[in-house]
Amino acid sequence: MAIRVDYRASLSLVGSVLKYLAVPLAIPLAVAAAYGESVAPFLVTMLVTVAVGGGLERLRPDPDIGAREGFLMVGATWLAVSLVGALPYLIEAYGLPGFVPATAPESTLANPANALFESMSGFTTTGATVLGRISLDAHGHGIMLWRQLTQWLGGMGIVVLAVAILPELSVGGAQLMDAEAPGPGIEKLTPRIAETARALWGAYLGFTVLEILLLYGLHVGGMAPAMDAYNAVSHGLTTMPTGGFSPEARSIEAFSAAVQWLIIPFMIAAGTNFALFWHALTGEPKRLPGDSEFRFYVGAMAVLTGLVAALLFVGNGVATFAPPGATYDSTYLAGVRATLIGTVEPALRHAAFQVVSLVTTTGYASIDFNAWGPSAQYLLLFAMFVGGSAGSTGGGIKVVRWYVILKSIRRELFTTAHPEAVRPVRLGGRTVDERAIRGIYGFTLLYLVMFFVASGLLFLDAARSGPSLSVLEAMSAVAATLGNVGPGFGLVGPMGSYLDFSAPSKLFMIGLMWLGRLEILPVLVCLTPEYWRQ
Amino acid sequence: MRVIIVGAGQGGGSIAADLADTHDIVVVDRDGDRVDDLTYSLDVLTVEGDGTSLSALDEAGIDEADMVIASTDDDETNIVVCATAHAVSDAFTVARVKNTEYLRTWERSERAFGIDFMVCTNLLAAESIVRVVGIPAARDVDAFADGRVQMAEFEIPPGSPVRDQTVAEADRFEQLTFAAILRDDELEIARGDSVLHERDRVVVIGNPKAVREFATTIAPEEPPGTAEEVVIVGGSEIGYHVARLLGDRGFKPRLIERDGDRARQLAEDLPSAVVMENDATDMDFLEREHVGDADFVVAALDSDEKNLLVSLLARRLGVDRTVAIIDTTEYVELFETVGVDVGVNPREVVAEEITRFTRDGGAENVAIIESDRAEVLEVEIDGESVLAGRPIHESVADLPAGVVIGAITRDDRFVTPRGDTVLERGDHVVVFLDACVLDEVTPKL
Repeated sequence: MAIRVDYRASLSLVGSVLKYLAVPLAIPLAVAAAYGESVAPFLVTMLVTVAVGGGLERLRPDPDIGAREGFLMVGATWLAVSLVGALPYLIEAYGLPGFVPATAPESTLANPANALFESMSGFTTTGATVLGRISLDAHGHGIMLWRQLTQWLGGMGIVVLAVAILPELSVGGAQLMDAEAPGPGIEKLTPRIAETARALWGAYLGFTVLEILLLYGLHVGGMAPAMDAYNAVSHGLTTMPTGGFSPEARSIEAFSAAVQWLIIPFMIAAGTNFALFWHALTGEPKRLPGDSEFRFYVGAMAVLTGLVAALLFVGNGVATFAPPGATYDSTYLAGVRATLIGTVEPALRHAAFQVVSLVTTTGYASIDFNAWGPSAQYLLLFAMFVGGSAGSTGGGIKVVRWYVILKSIRRELFTTAHPEAVRPVRLGGRTVDERAIRGIYGFTLLYLVMFFVASGLLFLDAARSGPSLSVLEAMSAVAATLGNVGPGFGLVGPMGSYLDFSAPSKLFMIGLMWLGRLEILPVLVCLTPEYWRQ
Repeated sequence: MRVIIVGAGQGGGSIAADLADTHDIVVVDRDGDRVDDLTYSLDVLTVEGDGTSLSALDEAGIDEADMVIASTDDDETNIVVCATAHAVSDAFTVARVKNTEYLRTWERSERAFGIDFMVCTNLLAAESIVRVVGIPAARDVDAFADGRVQMAEFEIPPGSPVRDQTVAEADRFEQLTFAAILRDDELEIARGDSVLHERDRVVVIGNPKAVREFATTIAPEEPPGTAEEVVIVGGSEIGYHVARLLGDRGFKPRLIERDGDRARQLAEDLPSAVVMENDATDMDFLEREHVGDADFVVAALDSDEKNLLVSLLARRLGVDRTVAIIDTTEYVELFETVGVDVGVNPREVVAEEITRFTRDGGAENVAIIESDRAEVLEVEIDGESVLAGRPIHESVADLPAGVVIGAITRDDRFVTPRGDTVLERGDHVVVFLDACVLDEVTPKL
């Protein structure tokens, strides 16, 4: 079989990206050095990534990629950075036998599947963790910062970042960004794709810095005692990419109400199309509130928040007893009931925080929502399937797809009554191409099919090797990994972890995160024989 | 005035015919046969050649020309003709275009392409249709003095409350003047004792509110306003503009177009309209979509015969009023006799617009009634006008019969003309003129 894809060119570009991965690795290295921790995990990883990257680059010195090579390059890049990103965890756990002693021999990440899971969960901004003890005592500051930083790098997209800085990607860049960016198609903001990529990363960086300053400002102002500089940076790095990793075991529950309120608007911004911010900053501020996707997105969150808050307020949305084996005990539940039932501000805050966190696929939690009742939990599961906006850092199905689907269903109803009517589906002022609508239906259906099939497979493996899963747990674990959300319910709840799954299940979920981040098709297409042949 | 008309097709030919009596016309066209035809049928000079070339324009005498009218079927050619004329002479340039994009460019940048005046055939025709929608029984409506004055031509429907009444009885409106009554081939200047019969067409001038109220009086069973249901048949450019303009006014028109691609295009461009893809002569379809319940059907297909057919079908189904686009000027009257309520001839509409610029008297605005049977002019009174500084009853006595002062605006306010109203300089007067006194009276105003 003759291979018609110039995979060498794709891998050569992957090599370029890997080489540049050494630059962000310098940050945790510096932090580790500053805290007097071992710098070996980062130094060795830097050497490995430069060596491997340089080696791959030699496969095709002057790569020229087309559409097919683009898919392969994007898919392979994400896999490669996740593999490299797992190295610091492994080196921390094992050290370099004979040279450097292990600094965290007890680490759950000593298992390569776990290390890769954590790394993939980081880069894909999922936020699902297999870290047993989430604590700065168990792991170094450098490692914990690397965990946060992988999310920040993955948020706006590694390939988008590569397009922004690597001149050799300027020709095929739009194609690459298209394959990577969330949502159907990208909007080119400037004549040059590299400038568009830089504009998006610029807005992203700006929001991140602003959030870090505000969080630290709250700390200095005395409104957030736990939000020290390290935490402010850590959470700034994982809010804007809709990541959800936190160096705190109790996620955002560890912080004050002021911090929780402050993070909500940043999560909303992270789930918004960044092109709209660019327009707003370049003299078209009205395009943000006027954008139909943005309105639908904010409206959906407002409705869900209202419903959940009402359920919490009346008490229907909170669990009544702590069943044996739950992730919370009756003392915690009593506290939750006291906090939420019949109170306006906490009920509204926790409802808004959880809804926004799950709609935007961030995955932070301000409370252990395992202690919520089935009605409120069902709404949260629903929220996971909404997803962020196109062109945002959020995962999931994406608001714009639901919007187009709802509008085209309305069109179907109309044309059933009036068969001759010609009705284009409109998004804002523009009409949506019929092919794009088919693509959106196709993607959404594929996503849902994958969700159900994957849930079944997870059940099968869990039946073989544990843990015992409820339907909601299995489905939420798949929804949370495929949608890059992070936490699910029960075992994989916001304060829990994916540690108990078997290695095959973990590898399977690593695949789901990878597929989910790239919106399935770019990866899936590389697996078809037609792709490799004519 | 020496006028060069480039393009001797239907449009250019009819403009030439309109202007030939009063101006020196030179027609330029590439088609030798058409040029020959025109040489014998009209008293004009003809030049065979490309209007965009300097040699042809020189041959037509561009140096002495006062006006160049580019009226070929091709928009780009018309624009180049005007740009060329502008580059080599001081002639006033007029271009006829179909594409409204060019009109938009021209409106944004004064004298873009070197064009002094641009007329968009399709848009003008659509505007004249849209003006009639919303005013029951109206056949033609034109606005004057920035919309403060309206001229409307109504047909008295059978069974109307005002039938067999005299003008004095029917005119219960302070700000409305009855100008004339048209009956078959005769034109009667409205007097207090003139009697209105069924099927008479009456021309009134007044403020828009009074015109609407009068419309309700003569056709009370047709409620005016935005509740009207409009169906447009044919997605031609005119059909598209009618739908667009109605959409802007808050209507939700339905547009029927047979061609799938064109229907899709229209549906994308017209968010406020419901576009249907079907043959409008399919009776099953028309009944299924309850087209008969519509208040107004506009037939805007590309052939006169089809438009007639559609109008008759619509009438049969029970539509209140039908408007048809009629390209052939001679058919307008015939079609209206057979059953089309209002026939709109795009070329007549364009001729009206262009005539405005060829007038010596400097009328601000012109409306042509029923293919040149009469005109309504808006003039600004200057010191030399026969009307200036005198009560109306005195000045009218000096003018022949067939002149009616319809409305006055003074300092942007509406003034009802009475016999003793004294006209001042700067007043805008809307005058009805019988075609047979037109040449005599116009210079005196």
